[in-house]
Amino acid sequence: MSEQNGQMIGENELQAWADDRLAPERRSEVDAWLAARPEEAERVAAYRELNALLRTHFDAVLQEPVPDHLEAVARGTSRWRRAAAIAGWIVLGAAVGGTAGWELRALERAAPVAATPDGPVLAHRAALAHATYAPEVRHPVEVGADQEQHLVAWLSKRLGGDIRAPRLDAEGMTLVGGRLLPRDPGPVAQFMYQNAQGRRVTLYVRTEAPDQRETAFQYTREGNVRVFYWIDRKFGYALSSADLDREALLGLANVVYRQLNP
Amino acid sequence: MSDARSLVALIPRLRRYARALVGDRATADDLVQDTLERAWAKLHLFREGTDLRAWLFTVMHNVHVNRIRASRQTEMLDDEMPELAQRAAQGDSLMVRDLERAVAALPEAQREVLLLVALEDLSYEETARVLEIPVGTVMSRLARAREKVRALMSGKGMTKLQVVK
Repeated sequence: MSEQNGQMIGENELQAWADDRLAPERRSEVDAWLAARPEEAERVAAYRELNALLRTHFDAVLQEPVPDHLEAVARGTSRWRRAAAIAGWIVLGAAVGGTAGWELRALERAAPVAATPDGPVLAHRAALAHATYAPEVRHPVEVGADQEQHLVAWLSKRLGGDIRAPRLDAEGMTLVGGRLLPRDPGPVAQFMYQNAQGRRVTLYVRTEAPDQRETAFQYTREGNVRVFYWIDRKFGYALSSADLDREALLGLANVVYRQLNP
Repeated sequence: MSDARSLVALIPRLRRYARALVGDRATADDLVQDTLERAWAKLHLFREGTDLRAWLFTVMHNVHVNRIRASRQTEMLDDEMPELAQRAAQGDSLMVRDLERAVAALPEAQREVLLLVALEDLSYEETARVLEIPVGTVMSRLARAREKVRALMSGKGMTKLQVVK
């Protein structure tokens, strides 16, 4: 702190002077104070000059074209957020036994949750299947999305039920295709999706025993693979990804769930 | 969605800050991407009527801190970063090279404060909120950051640099 005519000029005010953030009256007082102290004046002038240098140099970034992938992230994922909010309510509703709200009413049959003892096995096998096929560059799927009708009919027949491949295009995820996996204990279908950045998600669908209970979303992580899984009547589902974070995956899981339970 | 439009409009500002913060373009754009993804996941925490840009800087700050923690570079950042100096040496003026090197040499916490105030023109109070630190800490870090940059650039002399420019 320094004193001038009974005024205290503190370091904070000198910083504010450099940023030109003092009220005009106070600024004049600091100007006068600096006029009598060349060394201090040179120091704070250098600070002010640094501000100008930083802006001059880094303002060039503002003129650079925005990369497409950044713009896509900024605008393309809005549904994930809403879905994540809804999923939060589902989990909460399940935990407290269900309250009002259309999401919960629609999901009432899923409300009395109890983790199926087999759930962790489902998640584990889904994570393994994801880790096996998601990194595949040339043969990620058996049947490509260009033959989607055939794919769906084939998997439906093998799993003995009406299987559908959810549409995740609005979430930026395009269907790559699907494959049939070894029995677990029944036949298993795997659908693979990919976004514009090459990030992949797989949906693992298996037939459940007839008396299998329904569950709410559950989350687990195996290595670097995140998995949301649930059982709904005839089928057990697990959505896996090593590329998406938990929130994004939860958002997708919600969209899948709602599409499969219109 | 208006949220999406607002986010898209703010990308250049986020990129500018990220570039100054981490130095190279690829790392900076990664930071921006992670920030935008995080922002969507956390948008329900944003209070309508407050400054979206300041909020995004908060998100970016948290993402940045987590990334540093993950890569355990915290201590390294107290020293000069040789790869940044090398990159800047190609075709840039002396002034730009010295500026980038000096900013990169700052401890992380001081660099954030300096850039939010001097480059992004946030108020001291906004900066305090973004970094979740007291205003007094903002002021002391700002003073230390500026003095360190001045020391690193003196000898070349900042006033002389202005003439070069």
